[in-house]
Amino acid sequence: MVSGARGRLGPFALREHSCRTLPSPSPPLPQPSCLAPPSFSMAMGRTVLHMPSGHTGVVAKLHPTVLFNICDSFIRRNDQQERVIGTLLGSISADGTVEIRNSYAVPHSEQADQVAVDIDYHRTMFELHQRVNSKEIIIGWYSTGASLSPSDTLIHEFYGREVANPVLLTVDTAFSEDKANIKVFVSTLLTLGDRQLAAQFHEVQLDMRLIEAERIGFDVLKKTVVERLPNDLEGLEATIERLQAMIDRVCTYVDDVVEGQIEADNSIGRFLADTMASVPRISSDAFDKLFNDSVQDLLLVLYLANLTKTQLTLAEKLNTAAQIV
Amino acid sequence: MADANPPPLRSFAQAAQTEVDAVALRVVQIDGLVALKIIKHCKECMPALVTGQLLGLDIGSILEVTNCFPFPSRGGDEEDELDTDGANYQLEMMRCLREVNIDNNTVGWYQSTYMGSFQTVELIETFMNYQENIKRCVCIIYDPLRSSQGVLALKALKLSESFMELYRTQTFSGEKLREKNLSWKNIFEEIPVKISNSALVSSLMTELEPEAPATQCDFDRLVLSTNPFMEKNLEFLIECMDDLSMEQQKFQYYYRNLSRQQAQQQAWQQKRRTENAARRAAGEEPLPEEEPNNPIFKTLPEPSRLDSYLITNQISNYCSQVNGFAAQSFSKMYLMDAFHEE
Repeated sequence: MVSGARGRLGPFALREHSCRTLPSPSPPLPQPSCLAPPSFSMAMGRTVLHMPSGHTGVVAKLHPTVLFNICDSFIRRNDQQERVIGTLLGSISADGTVEIRNSYAVPHSEQADQVAVDIDYHRTMFELHQRVNSKEIIIGWYSTGASLSPSDTLIHEFYGREVANPVLLTVDTAFSEDKANIKVFVSTLLTLGDRQLAAQFHEVQLDMRLIEAERIGFDVLKKTVVERLPNDLEGLEATIERLQAMIDRVCTYVDDVVEGQIEADNSIGRFLADTMASVPRISSDAFDKLFNDSVQDLLLVLYLANLTKTQLTLAEKLNTAAQIV
Repeated sequence: MADANPPPLRSFAQAAQTEVDAVALRVVQIDGLVALKIIKHCKECMPALVTGQLLGLDIGSILEVTNCFPFPSRGGDEEDELDTDGANYQLEMMRCLREVNIDNNTVGWYQSTYMGSFQTVELIETFMNYQENIKRCVCIIYDPLRSSQGVLALKALKLSESFMELYRTQTFSGEKLREKNLSWKNIFEEIPVKISNSALVSSLMTELEPEAPATQCDFDRLVLSTNPFMEKNLEFLIECMDDLSMEQQKFQYYYRNLSRQQAQQQAWQQKRRTENAARRAAGEEPLPEEEPNNPIFKTLPEPSRLDSYLITNQISNYCSQVNGFAAQSFSKMYLMDAFHEE
């Protein structure tokens, strides 16, 4: 992927392909530690230790497309490559909400204590994405894997030059804790006087935006193979079945409460009352009229559509049949 | 599971291509990722109709679509500049995607549509363009409006072989169509769509699936007001009807002219014959019975039937949409009825 021919700028240096050289941090960074434990900083409490703490107020909204993209690039990674990284695109709103809407993988290579990111590639891809949707800007980067590694700080620093406060999304594609850990971090610098001690990653609240996925239906997205797409009526049927199941469940619950088998829960009762109240109260005559009118409208339209279809078939026969010629 | 290396797909595809060239395309297998990406792109640019490229592999009777990328929407700039620009964008994007091991093989394109109004001459032209370079290509049509009703409105289309043959000759006279036995139904072929997800994605989604028994999809499906859709549909239907009747008028005009010309021809020939009879009686050489230079013998061009075919297709599409909507609405109405009785 990234050939080793290009020179490295030394340990922990990100390679940059453009002519501009990396502004090296001065004084040079000590071994960056991730997630520095609080005790470590408390021990030096006496000096001017600047340590941001507590909530950063950032909420990250993650769209499922990004997850799919990350999984795909992880599956397609190179031989012997441990993880994939890439750029996250989206928007940042004024109140600190970060919306992660798009992503693309960026080739990189890691060896012992060096990490090289193909910055040219990143730039080109970003420009290409900008042409499609100029509203999506760089908001951070993603990485697969369960935990953060020291080299993450370097990559994070690089993205820090692209956007003020980049976010880091980690997806545990190896399911190391038997579940898919999806986490979002922002980093803050831990400084002692002028010295940068470490970069600290804070986990921020993650809000999955699953509505798009729900729209398509999890039935389609969670199976490995879906033989055919459900058509309109089948979808409706499934939904009505689900609705019926829910009503049945509520009915049994209410019956049980009435018979005294289950203790009544006021909040559930209130929810039920609200739900019942949401059915509009129409007198049965008015409802019948409404119902019949709608049904008649539909029948008329249906009739028209079928008439048109018949007409088309007829016209086709006439048009292509032997002609007057 | 996740550590498994991706199989050497490309060589496999090549092998498959050389072996089974004649197998007809049966299924289009779309990755969940592709579906999501298409939907994202089409939704974001919603009032505008957008297109993008499909990447994947052609394996025997299955066409796998494993990735896609959007095309930038066209501005009002100059046409030529835009074309080269678009080509550059496409090449660059393909190069970049290849670098991260994404299948670098174009298999078609996708486009969004508005209430299924996609059957146009442009679509056919694009198709023919693609077909020149790629033997097997499909067009995936996505309808964002219909999807907001809780239907995954993805469709894979291709042109039928017989239509393509005819289109290359550019003759759409009634005679040719009869000869080929090609009706408007045979222009497009819909190919069944299959969705596939990697095991990784599948396990991830299973875990992320919310506990709630009702999803957004269910709510969308149960919305009672299908009227706006119905109205739009009928509106389009009426427009199409007008177009069709215009086409019909064109034909009627053509036939009127044709029969008038034939009458003229006959009259002329009649005259020539009597004249010849008179000349023969007088012992002179008879004049030729046909005179190609005479304007009344010039064949009138028959109007192309392509447009009327497409319109017919469109109409039938609207009709089936109306049928679909109506069937759904009926179910919902009776559901409401049942609720009210309770």
